[in-house]
Amino acid sequence: MRYAYYPGCVSRGACPELFSATEQVCKALGIELELEAMRSASCTGSGILQEKNLRLGDTLNARNLALAERTGLPLLTICSTCQGVMSQANKRLRGDEAYLAEINADLAEEGLEYKGTADPKHLLWVLVEDVGLDKLRSLVVRPLEGFKAAPFYGCYLVRPSSALDFDDHPERQDALERVIEAVGAEVIDFPGKTLCCGFPIIMSNEANALKMVARHTSDAQELGADAMVTPCPLCHLNLDGYQPQASGIAKKPIELPILHLPQMIGLALGIDPGAMRLNRHMTSTKKLLSELVLTP
Amino acid sequence: MDVTLSVRRFDPEAERPAPYFQEYQLELDDSAMLLDGLIKIREEIDGTLALRCSCRSAICGSCAMRVNGRARLACNTKIADVATADNGAVVVEPAGNMEVLKDLVTDFGPFWEKVRAVEPWLQPEGPEPEQEYLAPNEDMLHLAGVMSCIMCGACVSDCTVLAVDPNFLGPAALAKAYRFVGDPRDDADAHRLGDLNEYGGVWDCTRCMQCVEVCPKGVDPMERIMSLRDKAMEAGHTKSYGARHAEALTASVEHHGRVDEAKLPILSKGRFNVVEQLRMVPLGVRALLAGKMPPLFPKKNPGQESVRRIFEKVEKRQ
Repeated sequence: MRYAYYPGCVSRGACPELFSATEQVCKALGIELELEAMRSASCTGSGILQEKNLRLGDTLNARNLALAERTGLPLLTICSTCQGVMSQANKRLRGDEAYLAEINADLAEEGLEYKGTADPKHLLWVLVEDVGLDKLRSLVVRPLEGFKAAPFYGCYLVRPSSALDFDDHPERQDALERVIEAVGAEVIDFPGKTLCCGFPIIMSNEANALKMVARHTSDAQELGADAMVTPCPLCHLNLDGYQPQASGIAKKPIELPILHLPQMIGLALGIDPGAMRLNRHMTSTKKLLSELVLTP
Repeated sequence: MDVTLSVRRFDPEAERPAPYFQEYQLELDDSAMLLDGLIKIREEIDGTLALRCSCRSAICGSCAMRVNGRARLACNTKIADVATADNGAVVVEPAGNMEVLKDLVTDFGPFWEKVRAVEPWLQPEGPEPEQEYLAPNEDMLHLAGVMSCIMCGACVSDCTVLAVDPNFLGPAALAKAYRFVGDPRDDADAHRLGDLNEYGGVWDCTRCMQCVEVCPKGVDPMERIMSLRDKAMEAGHTKSYGARHAEALTASVEHHGRVDEAKLPILSKGRFNVVEQLRMVPLGVRALLAGKMPPLFPKKNPGQESVRRIFEKVEKRQ
């Protein structure tokens, strides 16, 4: 299995642990990542650039999709937001030939053309649809028995469902829970798992963003979760970075490690926690790892 | 079809009022809507069940409620579509983010107050025309979607911001605001956009898309809120943290091809906003200690020039 790899900005910025964990896990799963051909890809605009200029956002995403298309490989993402923004753009581009032609006119001068064949897939979907849960299970060397994991999807990986092909891929709707089970862990279901982490308004309305962090982390913790697992590095940043403030809001101590999806899988595949930088989180993972007898 | 509806009940006149779930077993036609089931309960099983409904045709907007945790109109939700394969109960609850008056009936008072707050009427300037105000068809087409709003409150029910802050105007009122800001006959944009730029307005939306997902009429409230943000910025409201954030992120993509995470918070809060900059220091220190401080000078993206050309081309044309 080989994919054109779009790691996004955050895995090479504030979440280097996601980048290392993805590389290690993909290697262990037999997934080859073609990063070189995608090095000149740009940010998707993360929905924010689109507020100001949707057409510009679609052109930038068409450019990224064209770069992936040129490799002849399927495209793999590791961020719910990147995935969602790309999927939405792809839907608009593929759904309107005239629009795509106009966008391609702008790409022509860059030596690119998007034919509309790219199908970006988040690592979470790749695990379920391409690798397969049976194969994942067979590669588990250290089942995460006793590990209680609360799933947290990130808005863009669940909405709008029309852009995420849920009709053709109903398995995407509970993929995270199925993956948690496949590595031997227990799913802690909680109402916030598909809601907003607050990250998009951390700059504009910090008080509300922190209330969201407080609600989700304390809910999951109260239900007995040892950690939260997320396929979105932006959710990770907000839920991991603001727990001291969230504890103040919830008026109770909150200490809930926020694992990136590949970090959890890596633990089950026997990858060294240190190599996945599990010791470099804002909310310590030390207790969790010692309980799992996995201290780096 | 045999179905079980698990309905959240609440009687304010009970001795100790507290919500509880009550299960009803029903035999219904395979094509039955949820509302058919609820009316059957009320008429044949339990006359004390309170719910609002009227048209049964997804026009009046009376019967929005949460079905299996998600806002829907009971009248256009087919029971077969929401019943689980293992014949588990369909969970029916009142709309969220509103006070429950009784069973499935919620208080729409705050909803209407917020709609009124956006002044949902035309405010044209200049002399009144002899006949009606005219608007070209093409200028009104973009409002067709938002005019489809039936004020059912499904978007308000599932809004993630209202869940933590009742001060937020919310998706329905903001979509209504767009309907007037976008109307070519209206001349009150300046004060409308000024008001919407305040706390509780357009910048408080998280872009979580819950409203887009649950709206039964395709109004896309969030997209309207994004358009209002753009219009507010164009009208010169560029000093809010939200506007600065959008501006800084866009500039970062233009110049670096990627998000410059280290500078984004600084620029969003305002370079000379010393108080806010100092408030961010503890987080910065914790990030640094954890090895999660983004690079101060992000690596050059080999596609940077190409991205910049695209910016120029697309922006110039507009």
